[in-house]
Amino acid sequence: MTEPLVTFRNVEKRFDDFVAVRDMTLDIHEGEFLAIMGSSGCGKTTTLRMLAGLDTPSAGEIRIEGRLMNDVKPHERDTPLVWQSLALFPFLTARENVEFGLKMRGVAADERKKRALDWLDRMQIVEFADRNVATLSGGQKQRVALARSLVMEPQMLLLDEPLSALDANLVIRMQGVLTRLQKELGITFVYVTHSQSEAFAMADRVVIMSQGDIAQVGSPKDIYRTPANRFVAEFVGRNNIFTGKTGGSDNGKTKVSTLQGAFLAQTPDNPPGPEKQVSFTVSADLMTLTLTEPDADNKAKATLISEEFIGSVVTVFLEGQAGQEYKVQMQERALAELDLSPGADVWLSWEAENANMLETGS
Amino acid sequence: MTGRWLNIALAVYVGLIFTFVFAPIIFSLIFSFNSQRFPTIPLGEFSTEWYVKIFNDPDVWTAVRNSLIVSSSTAVLATVLGFCTAYTDFRYNFRFKGPYLALILLPPTIPLIIMALAMLAWLSRIGMSGQLWSIILAHSVMTAPFAMAIIRLRLHQMDPDLEAAAWNLGGNEWQAMRHVIVPFCAPAIVSALCLTAAVSFDEFAVAWFVSGLNKTVPIVILEIVQGNIDPTVNAIGTFVFLTSMSLVILAQLLFISRQIKSHS
Repeated sequence: MTEPLVTFRNVEKRFDDFVAVRDMTLDIHEGEFLAIMGSSGCGKTTTLRMLAGLDTPSAGEIRIEGRLMNDVKPHERDTPLVWQSLALFPFLTARENVEFGLKMRGVAADERKKRALDWLDRMQIVEFADRNVATLSGGQKQRVALARSLVMEPQMLLLDEPLSALDANLVIRMQGVLTRLQKELGITFVYVTHSQSEAFAMADRVVIMSQGDIAQVGSPKDIYRTPANRFVAEFVGRNNIFTGKTGGSDNGKTKVSTLQGAFLAQTPDNPPGPEKQVSFTVSADLMTLTLTEPDADNKAKATLISEEFIGSVVTVFLEGQAGQEYKVQMQERALAELDLSPGADVWLSWEAENANMLETGS
Repeated sequence: MTGRWLNIALAVYVGLIFTFVFAPIIFSLIFSFNSQRFPTIPLGEFSTEWYVKIFNDPDVWTAVRNSLIVSSSTAVLATVLGFCTAYTDFRYNFRFKGPYLALILLPPTIPLIIMALAMLAWLSRIGMSGQLWSIILAHSVMTAPFAMAIIRLRLHQMDPDLEAAAWNLGGNEWQAMRHVIVPFCAPAIVSALCLTAAVSFDEFAVAWFVSGLNKTVPIVILEIVQGNIDPTVNAIGTFVFLTSMSLVILAQLLFISRQIKSHS
């Protein structure tokens, strides 16, 4: 693998007593779409601001292309940011906003104008070039903000929850625009969001942060199917979490005795050994619901409590015999065929390889 | 029903307030065009005699010139000071920021006569009294808080990300100031210029104490009134009133229209 574009080495950021980012070590590669996800206050925006030079690390090193960036001023970097508030200049037109960075770099007026119009055209809003930005719609402003950053031809674009102010339909459209742009330009996108659907839909890799720490880094699928710890499993949601004691291991499977019964789970890369307290997760959509007792590695009896209709897919909530809540995600049509009503007794089953063991102690 | 009566009562009340505020000025305006020497009713004929008289009085001209120099210089100085302080408050957090702001906003609360005496004592001690620029200095101190308050209000409406966005796009601190902060504050800066000019143009007590022989318009007015009853004072009064009113109204219009715009 080539040298990473950005490296964080043991980076820490404190604001007085508050630790916003703790001992962060992370590589960001050239041309990747990286999403940093977490709830508010987890340190994701601080991480982005440190990349842009708006916050200075309290400890550790940040390097871009090998160059130590800790004390480089924001205006001396090539790290344009698309702001959550968009931060468009309200006293300028759309075109003047896009020209701003070129003007700061001393690009001649007609060259500036040409490049700004090119980008506005590319974002399909060239007809609004001479309108004051205050008169544009949310989606149009969004495009102006993107054009304003991309006209600088950066090798890395930073985005701080850029879609959070848009309505749901527009979010989907802009996601398409962003992924296409990133592929076409081949530049690195670092995208901060609290929205799992945005991160999973667009990113090549996702960093999940919790209280200043990185909880997991991986592809969306890795994070969805094999959460590393309880925090990620709960954050991603739609996971059934089991806790119990390990028994014997055999053939890549480990027996775990829980209150709901003994189940087989995938043995992780560093096996916990016997008689250890462990947790494992099963994604809601990898559980099967049947009326009769199935022939499967793992099965449990449960009672149907309620269903949550999302569209073609429903989430079914059930209660196990030890009082545990189960979540099963399935096609609405398949559920309708079973013709169940609340209180019905059913069987749940899942494959051992879909039971993902979490790091011990989490 | 009670609501209706209440509305009428409130309207009358507002009307009375305006009458109280503006009646003396309107009377002054009317009598400035009255041919009679004493302000009595019935009025005499319409006449511009008093305007002609002040127009031909070199003392009045000198005073107007002085006042214009003082008020325009004060406006610039006070607005620059006010802008810098407001920006400090906007941009930085530091210890004793509360006391710092309180101190800055203090001058308008000091009784004018005390301020005037203190200014005279201080400026003459350091050998700076009795000059035209003594008045400019004193007025700048007095009016800078107004400029600061207006500009600070505007800065508070600004998305703090705007300045950082300018840095992020390659602008250094000065470029960000010039291309983002100042344009954003422009309406407030113009308002501050108008308002501080108006306050300085009208101010009597401090100007009278520190001016020495350099008379401004309010001082000339006092001298006219002290000498005898002279209707030219109505003419000057009208002129002063119109000048400062125009400045204040201009300031208001600029500020209010921009506020409405930024909230729509």
